[in-house]
Amino acid sequence: MGAFPLTRLIDRAATIFLVLLGAFAIAIPVLNLLVPASSGLHVSTYLVALFGKYICYAILALSIDLIWGYAGILSLGHGAFFALGGYAMGMYLMRQIGSRGVYANPILPDFMVFLNWHELPFYWYGFDWFLYAALMILLVPGLLAFVFGWFAFRSRVSGVYLSIITQAMTYALMLGFFRNNFGFGGNNGLTDFKDILGFPVQAEATRNALLVTSCLALALGFLICRAVVTSKLGKVLIAIRDAEARTRFLGYRVEAYKLFVFTLSACMAGVAGALYVPQVGIINPSEFAPGNSIEAVIWVAVGGRGTLTGAVLGALVVNYAKTFFTSGLLAPYWLFMLGGLFVAVTLFLPRGIIGTLKYGFENRAAKSAAAEDALDIEPATAPAEGAAPQPSAAE
Amino acid sequence: MRCSCDRIVAFVFALGLLLIGAAAHAGPYEDALVGFTQGSLSDTGDAINAVAASGNPLAPVVLQALKDARLQFSAEKKQVFIKTAGGKLLNAATGKPFTDAPPADLDDVIVNNRLRNAIDAALGSLTLMAPEANKRYEAAQAVFKSRDESALPVLEKALAAEKDARVKRALAEARAAIILYQADSSAADKIAAIAVIRDRGDQDALGLLDGLPTDLPPEVAKAVAAARGTIQSTLALWGGVQNAWYGLSLGSVLLLAAIGLAITFGVMGVINMAHGEMVMLGAYTTFVVQEIIRTRYPGLFDYSLFIAVPLAFLVAGAVGIAIERSIIRFLYGRPLETLLATWGLSLILQQAVRTAFGPTNKDVGNPSWMSGAFDLGGITVTYNRMWIICFTLAVFVALLGMLRFTRLGLEMRAVTQNRAMAAAMGIRTARIDALTFGLGSGIAGIAGVALSQIDNVSPNLGQGYIIDSFMVVVFGGVGNLWGTLVGAFALGIANKFLEPFAGAVLGKIAILVLIILFIQKRPRGMFALKGRAVEA
Repeated sequence: MGAFPLTRLIDRAATIFLVLLGAFAIAIPVLNLLVPASSGLHVSTYLVALFGKYICYAILALSIDLIWGYAGILSLGHGAFFALGGYAMGMYLMRQIGSRGVYANPILPDFMVFLNWHELPFYWYGFDWFLYAALMILLVPGLLAFVFGWFAFRSRVSGVYLSIITQAMTYALMLGFFRNNFGFGGNNGLTDFKDILGFPVQAEATRNALLVTSCLALALGFLICRAVVTSKLGKVLIAIRDAEARTRFLGYRVEAYKLFVFTLSACMAGVAGALYVPQVGIINPSEFAPGNSIEAVIWVAVGGRGTLTGAVLGALVVNYAKTFFTSGLLAPYWLFMLGGLFVAVTLFLPRGIIGTLKYGFENRAAKSAAAEDALDIEPATAPAEGAAPQPSAAE
Repeated sequence: MRCSCDRIVAFVFALGLLLIGAAAHAGPYEDALVGFTQGSLSDTGDAINAVAASGNPLAPVVLQALKDARLQFSAEKKQVFIKTAGGKLLNAATGKPFTDAPPADLDDVIVNNRLRNAIDAALGSLTLMAPEANKRYEAAQAVFKSRDESALPVLEKALAAEKDARVKRALAEARAAIILYQADSSAADKIAAIAVIRDRGDQDALGLLDGLPTDLPPEVAKAVAAARGTIQSTLALWGGVQNAWYGLSLGSVLLLAAIGLAITFGVMGVINMAHGEMVMLGAYTTFVVQEIIRTRYPGLFDYSLFIAVPLAFLVAGAVGIAIERSIIRFLYGRPLETLLATWGLSLILQQAVRTAFGPTNKDVGNPSWMSGAFDLGGITVTYNRMWIICFTLAVFVALLGMLRFTRLGLEMRAVTQNRAMAAAMGIRTARIDALTFGLGSGIAGIAGVALSQIDNVSPNLGQGYIIDSFMVVVFGGVGNLWGTLVGAFALGIANKFLEPFAGAVLGKIAILVLIILFIQKRPRGMFALKGRAVEA
């Protein structure tokens, strides 16, 4: 991969994005920790946690954009991977409570004592160690996505059928996690966390550190996604999105490509969930609700799918709007707005914010009277490279 | 005025009673009553049985009073009194009001739990001779449960006199139960009794046999084992029938919710995530209709559903057509976008209903012909479930007929099969699209009327059905109404048969997993369209 040009990996939009993200990750902790509370520039700890939450949502949006925007897989169950990552982290955090719980049981978490359990279920073993938990954060969502995807893609379940069964998957998981005897705290979920890696979860410094970690994870996720979509693999994915049958006839193993990107995306969603849990302080089965997954899809649609930066922007904009509107007088109208957003974006802004900007920009620059179907979405890379996969396939 | 009249009448009565009492003294009933005045539990127990055996028409009244702690006695005068609910005293020996000053040492007759059981048994055997068949039947059942040996003579008398076949069988079963538990009855009698119990064949019969002592003579023990086997298999059979019935009921609900989706998703290929909200609109239409009827025309309440069905069809259908014209027609050929837009719509509709009617559950009543239940063999059938199954099938047949025999149905099928050719033949395809979507939505509205009878009417009503409905359509096969029918009932029955083993939630999860696996095997459902229509 020595010939891999860095300039292609990090184009102008990516540079702007990474610089802004870096500035954000430095500025917020500085404004929170170093600027005195009396100053107008001070950022409250509440806002730090809120921004951290947004960044986690942005990682989730990025993972959805990778599969929806580039491979045409609309998953309505990505919240499941997010929540599974969150539960893995939650289990680690529960084990860190130790004997400081309400019942002060050194072995069992509070809810198990409450339910009269006598020993730790085997699947809780190992979560005392952060490295094991970190492995599970990647492994559990990844494995589920691999198995699910292996079945689904192999038998060519695609389009809306895939969307519906992913929704059924997260729905089934939600029903399961709501049960007390699953050993994940039933409908209360996991909460009352104390420490993460020995630092108190509630402390200001920890919150800032979590925010910075989330930003780093977002940057890393972004780079991984860029690496995927700018590689030859990415070209094949775009080909699959635009003409799956044709790509298959050209000799590509469509299901293998899809499976790879689906699993990768699930791992990213798991990381997002894992970072989300210590920042909001709770994980419960409602995270599996199908509505959450669909809402995450609309973030991507608003920002512009197939653009990566758009997904991040969409997640930030929609969630900021949600926080803004659900906390004020307008709270009863938020669902009208969210619903209206779904309709308006699909009808009037099918490319999303970034997509529309980019499309208009490229159109003016190239002045190529692209008689393309208005419904098609431009690949994120330069149009000249769009034809790359075909020659190699023809070999 | 009236008061003093009463007093005079009562006084005359009391005089008469004294005379009659003196004359009629020494009947078995009166002798038995004295037992209540001794103040000891064992005497009271003897008195209960003696009163029951006396055959006096007042005996049930006295026993009932004793059971309700309304029986009082005076130890000094050796008299027993019944206190009525109104606080008046009746002389237990005669049943006439007692108007003298109450005796100073008036006290309640004390009973304990053992005696209460004795009272129940005695009352049971007394009502065995009641004139109403239902009372006799219940009394026989009570004896069957209590197995009180002292009831045997009365029981045999009642059995000999009984004309009603149902009551006669119940009496025979009660007699068999007593004989089985009697220590001194012969083995042959016991075996005959076992046969009677076996023919009863329900859970109580099984419990009766299970409770028998273990030291039975071998031939009796053998008969018991055989009878238990027979009963258990009968019970398992009825359990299966009951599960199948519940499954049919659930299936009909699924079918109702999914059938409209089968039109919009199956025939038109439009993913309508707001389908559940059409169901909800139908349910709320029922609510509004019932509210108007309640306040204006209470007499029409039993017909409220007949009014609600066409209205719900129109309301949901109109909303459906509006959605199709304003949103969905711009999104044909973009199924994923349609999915998102209609999901947004569902949020808007839910919130609109929440704003208009409030977030709480609304009370939608069952008309009289839909409430209650009846027994059919070993299962209980509720009327509302039964009517919903009938209604679902009627809707299904009507829809099928409409698609096959009307002009609109013909045009719909034409547009589905080949849009361009249909347009060339002069069919206005855009109009057909709108009408088809309206039809699918309208049927969802009708489903809402039915579901309002068995489910909570709240803004979230539709959400609970949307995933299940999609599962039914996908499982049954897209574009095929028969597939939807089979899919709905298969899922409903499978769900109910899994529930006893796995519990309701795990059963549901298992079904979802099974469908996900099934789609792997047959990505286009059980009854897949074949040929060119598949990729269209």
